Amino acid sequence: MNSLKDRAAAIAAEAARLGKPVYKEGGSKDTTFRAELEKVSPKVVTLEEAIRKTGLKDGMTISFHHHFRGGDKVINMVVAKLAEMGFKNLTLASSSLAGVHSPLIEYIKQGVITGISTSGMRDALADAISHGLMEKPVEFRSHGGRGSAIMNGDIHIDVAFLGAPSCDPLGNAAGYSRSENAKSICGSLGYAIPDAHYADKVVILTDDLVDYPNTPCAISEHDVDYVVVVDSVGDSSKISAGAIRDSKSPRDILIAQTAAKVIENSGYFRDGFSMQTGTGGASLQVVKYLRQGMIDRGIKASYALGGITAHMVKLHEEGLIGKLIDVQSFDKVAAESLKNDPLGHKEVAAYEYASADEPGSATHYLDIVVLSALEVDVNFNVNVLVGSDGVIRGAIGGHPDTAADSALSVIVCPLLRGRIPCVVDEVTTLITPGNTVDVVVTDFGVAVNPRRPELAEKLKAAGLNVVDIHDLRNRAFGIAGTPEPLKFGNKVVGIVYNREGSVQDVIYNVVD
Amino acid sequence: MEIKNAVAGTLESGDIMVQIAPANSEGIHIDLDSSVAAQFGGQIRKVITETLEGLNVHDVDIKATDKGALDCTIRARVTAAVVRATGKDVWSD
Repeated sequence: MNSLKDRAAAIAAEAARLGKPVYKEGGSKDTTFRAELEKVSPKVVTLEEAIRKTGLKDGMTISFHHHFRGGDKVINMVVAKLAEMGFKNLTLASSSLAGVHSPLIEYIKQGVITGISTSGMRDALADAISHGLMEKPVEFRSHGGRGSAIMNGDIHIDVAFLGAPSCDPLGNAAGYSRSENAKSICGSLGYAIPDAHYADKVVILTDDLVDYPNTPCAISEHDVDYVVVVDSVGDSSKISAGAIRDSKSPRDILIAQTAAKVIENSGYFRDGFSMQTGTGGASLQVVKYLRQGMIDRGIKASYALGGITAHMVKLHEEGLIGKLIDVQSFDKVAAESLKNDPLGHKEVAAYEYASADEPGSATHYLDIVVLSALEVDVNFNVNVLVGSDGVIRGAIGGHPDTAADSALSVIVCPLLRGRIPCVVDEVTTLITPGNTVDVVVTDFGVAVNPRRPELAEKLKAAGLNVVDIHDLRNRAFGIAGTPEPLKFGNKVVGIVYNREGSVQDVIYNVVD
Repeated sequence: MEIKNAVAGTLESGDIMVQIAPANSEGIHIDLDSSVAAQFGGQIRKVITETLEGLNVHDVDIKATDKGALDCTIRARVTAAVVRATGKDVWSD
C-alpha cells in the first residue's frame, strides 16, 4: 500500500511545491580504477585552456600571491599568456610585487594591465609607476587590509592564479611538496588563501602534480576550479632576497641590541609573551639577542608571528617559543619547518593574521612587534613605502596592522642612510600612523612616544639613552644638511588605504 | 694655475668620486651624478664650488659621482683632487 509507486503522486506534488524536479533513475556508474580516473581529472588543463574556461574577460580582476618574493615566476608567465591571448584592461591584484616583475611595464604600456592593487613594489616597475606610467593610481594596502578588502568585496577577484609547490589533480595545494619530484618550496601560502576562498574562479599552477590526496594542504580542492602543470612556479633560493637579509653591519647589530634591551625592560618581556619581527636587517636580528634574555630569565614566548625566519624556528625548536604562526615563510628554513612541524608551526591566511575586522586575527594578541622604517617623523608617523626621493621602493606589508594591534611597537631605523635622514619633520607618505607607534630605536638614541610616559620612565631607569625625537631629527639634519623639498607633479600615482578601508594618503608622480 | 687630469675618492656608499680636468671654457663646470640628487644636488654643487674657489681654482671641469657623501667628505675629496691636479700641496703650505 505504501510503495514508491504509491507515493509517486505525493512526490510530484511536493516537488512542484518546492520548485524542484522529480528524481528519475538513469545514468551509469564509472567503473574505472580510481587511480586511473585521477590522471584524467577534468580540472587538469593547460594554462590557455584554464584561462578560457574561467570565462575571464577584458576589464576583470586577476590575482596572485607573492610567497616566492624575488623568485616568483607565475605573475610574468600568466600575464605574458594573457597578453598573447589578447586580453586588455585587466586589474592585477597581487598580495605584493617584487623587482622580478619589471616585465609588467611593457604589459602596462600595451594596455593589458590598467590597474594594480598590491602591498608594494620595487625597482624598475616602481620607478616607472612613480614617474606616471599608469593612468589609474595603484592601490596600496597592508596585508591585513587586503584580507579585509577581499572579504568585504572592496577587492573583487574574478580569477586567481596561484602558484603552489605541490597540488593534486583535484586542486589540494600546498606551499611545499612531500614527493620525490619536489621542485620548489615557499612554505606558508597565507596570502593566497583569501584569493582561493573568495575569487570567482581559482587556477592553481604547480610544478609538482602529486597523487591525491595532497595532505595537509593550504588550499582545498573545494576552492579550486583548474590545475595547470608548469615547469617552475618559483625559485626558492630567491625568497630571502630583497628586504630580507641577515645583516652583518655593525650599525644594524647595535640597533638590534638596543631594541632587545628596550623589549627586555618594557614590562612586556614576561612569560607567555608573543612577538613578531618585520623585514630589514636590524629587525630580523633582534630575535637573536632576545634569545639570551629569555634563557637568562627563564621565560618563554607563547607564539611568534609573521614573517617566520630561521631565527624564530631555532627558538621554537629550543622550546623558547611555543608555536609559530606563519602567514609567510621568510626563508627556506622556515618553509621546511612549516612542512615538517604541522603541530607547532601553524599556517594562517592573511585575514587570520592581521585583519582589523577579524576579531581572532593573531595580531590582536600580539605583545611585541619590531618593525623597520624608511622614515619616521617627529610625530612618530612611519613611512615604509616611498623613498625620501619620492620614488616607490618598498611595501606596506603588515606594518600598520601589527603596529596598531600590538601592545608594544618598536621601530628600528638608523638616524641616516648614507646622507638621507631617516628621522624627518614629516614622512613622505603616511603608512603607519604615529598614534600606533610606541618606541623608535636608532643608533643615536631611543625615542618614546609621549603617549607612553610610563614606558619612557622604565627605559630610562634601565639605563637606555632615551631622547626626544626632535633631538634625533636635529642631529640627523645637523650631520646631513637640510634636504631640498621634493619635486612632485600633480598626478596621483598611488593611493594608500588605511587597514580599515579609509583613504589615508596619496602618492604624487615624481618630476626629475 | 695649471690643471692636469686627476681623481680622488671612490664609488663606495657614503663617498664621492671627483674627477678633475682642464676647463674647456671659462668657469667651473660640474657634471654631477648623485644618488641623493633630489634632496642634496644643490648643496653638493655649492660645496664643490666653494671648495674649488677656496683653493683658488676658477676654471675647471669636474665630474662628480656621489654616493651620499657628507659635506666634509666632499670637501676632502675635492681638495685631494685639486692637489693631485695641480701638484700643489695645500696642506703643507
